[in-house]
Amino acid sequence: MSRIQARFRELGERQRKALIPYVTAGDPHPDVTVPLLHALVDAGADLVEIGVPFSDPMADGPVIQAACERALVHHVSLHDVLDMVREFRSTDTTTPVILMGYLNPIEVWGYEGFSRSAAEAGVDGVLTVDMPPEEAAELTHALHARSLDAIFLLAPTSSQERMRTVSQSASGFIYYVSFKGVTGANRLDVDSVADKLAEIRGFTDLPLGVGFGIRDPESAAQIARIADAVVVGSALVSKVPGLLDKPETIPAELAATVSAMRAAMDAQAVVT
Amino acid sequence: MEQRPAAEAATLSDAVPDERGHFGPYGGRFVAETLMRPLDELNAAYSRYIKDPEFLAEFDSDLRHYVGRPSPLYYAERLSDEIGGARIYLKREDLNHTGAHKINNTVGQALLAKRMGKQRVIAETGAGQHGVASATVAARFGMECVVYMGAEDIRRQAINVYRMRLLGAEVVPVESGSRTLKDALNEALRDWVTNVDDTFYIIGTVAGPHPYPVMVRDFQAVIGREARLQVLEQAGRLPDALVACVGGGSNAIGLFYPFLQDREVALYGIEAGGDGLETGRHAAPLCAGKSGVLHGNRTYLMEDKDGQIIETHSISAGLDYPGVGPEHAWLKDSGRARYDTVTDTEALAAFHHLTRTEGIMPALESSHALAYTARLAAGMDRDRIIVVNLSGRGDKDIHTVADLEGIRV
Repeated sequence: MSRIQARFRELGERQRKALIPYVTAGDPHPDVTVPLLHALVDAGADLVEIGVPFSDPMADGPVIQAACERALVHHVSLHDVLDMVREFRSTDTTTPVILMGYLNPIEVWGYEGFSRSAAEAGVDGVLTVDMPPEEAAELTHALHARSLDAIFLLAPTSSQERMRTVSQSASGFIYYVSFKGVTGANRLDVDSVADKLAEIRGFTDLPLGVGFGIRDPESAAQIARIADAVVVGSALVSKVPGLLDKPETIPAELAATVSAMRAAMDAQAVVT
Repeated sequence: MEQRPAAEAATLSDAVPDERGHFGPYGGRFVAETLMRPLDELNAAYSRYIKDPEFLAEFDSDLRHYVGRPSPLYYAERLSDEIGGARIYLKREDLNHTGAHKINNTVGQALLAKRMGKQRVIAETGAGQHGVASATVAARFGMECVVYMGAEDIRRQAINVYRMRLLGAEVVPVESGSRTLKDALNEALRDWVTNVDDTFYIIGTVAGPHPYPVMVRDFQAVIGREARLQVLEQAGRLPDALVACVGGGSNAIGLFYPFLQDREVALYGIEAGGDGLETGRHAAPLCAGKSGVLHGNRTYLMEDKDGQIIETHSISAGLDYPGVGPEHAWLKDSGRARYDTVTDTEALAAFHHLTRTEGIMPALESSHALAYTARLAAGMDRDRIIVVNLSGRGDKDIHTVADLEGIRV
């Protein structure tokens, strides 16, 4: 059983919803990332998602774009990101780690070489934003050969035919993009998300995570009621620019946001 | 001269790419999930209308009466005499409405947008030519138009920015990344993913996710279909070589495509050599780049060892792009077309040369093709024929040329 599967099974038994924070690796400095990941786990993260910086993050809004630019000032590469995962793994052997990013850095490395190195570093899943299942057969094969989960997106525009296709290719969990738009936009409509998740459950038994537009404890709690996992990215990363003159405070500040979301998610679980 | 309907191109395109837009290993559809259905819808509409006689008749009629086609094929006799080799014919896309080949494609896509019921169009632009061509058709069809343009390009191309605004388009400065064409494309994709329901994205070149490379090629292939008939009529035979500049590659594919099966016709695509390939300051992914994935397709890219896209340089804003259409990548690997570069300095010299010998001021993009043509023609006999795509006129570039020569206009 993969670490991601194991974690979702364990959460299911405890009737707890997963909280998955996203941070861009190397933002604002490579030294910050590993302490930040540990702080997020201590604050209640169940899985962590690490953004691989890319020069052209087409699916991301201004907050993550700026984070990529800050990381790329330090030339943070996919190799560097795997080094960070390796360091994180030296003290945390249970929290699943998902890499999220764009295809080209993986393409340039080579699918097999990357998959081998990612597995060795302790990565558990890979979400490649600009690679739909139609183009992903080779990469998915390489990932699965190293017991890594290939995580795919579904979106409000996805037809039932696409829900079927994605369900057949995906493992670990499925990431539902809550609205038509880029990361960090303010367009969350919980009712329409609930309808779509119900539709997707007709095609898969995989856990369903929801991301895009979850900005505060309240929206995290609302999504926790209907999904298996809540992904939070821009709401965390947007705090970084204000902390650039005291980067040592970034782990604690972002962890505080995660704690508040955790508390709200758990409180609503008790209510229902 | 009678024009052939665009359907001829659709028939030829059945072999390559495959049904998911792959030209060998290149092309495809590398986008986030949200755009998969809109692309399916676009592909369905495109596949239907490119075979629809009514659509094709309207497209042909617009090309004739609005764009001003067919564009002439002009024998540049004095230029040929001065170079002293092959006979050089110019395909005069510079004489089209708005001054470049870009309008062929925007007319086609706007007609498609209208049939798909989309009232809002968006476009990316580098030098502003595609933006102007998009704003032009939007004005004609009464559509809302938003053009994304890198902040750096807005500064360099003030006249085209004003032109788009006069046409009623909103020009949005893009401040992210290198603030040039690739970033404008990123921003247009972000707009599209946000407004998919009512918005049609008019991509200006033969790149992007399937079906854009095929669709833009088919709309631009009118260039080559006309040129083929014209050269047969004027010279009594097919040319020995075709030459066109390649940024994203739409004017080159437009010229090359109807000649692909004519194996005796050599095809030359000319990329921007900038300060020279050895300096690293250029925009020549086919000649000096590697395969990768950007903007929805796999193709040759300018990228670093980590897979980050690197900044490009060219005297010509229209060639200043780190990728290239996937069909060019495939034509390169298959050996059917050859790709080479021309530096800024050589292009500038060709700009002056054509202006002085023929009274035709070429765009700096097209000047790259002209510079290479001079090189090629000089080594060929007088009975040889070269057709070069004069893809745009140079009026837009006179400030750039003047600046480079230290002249205040």
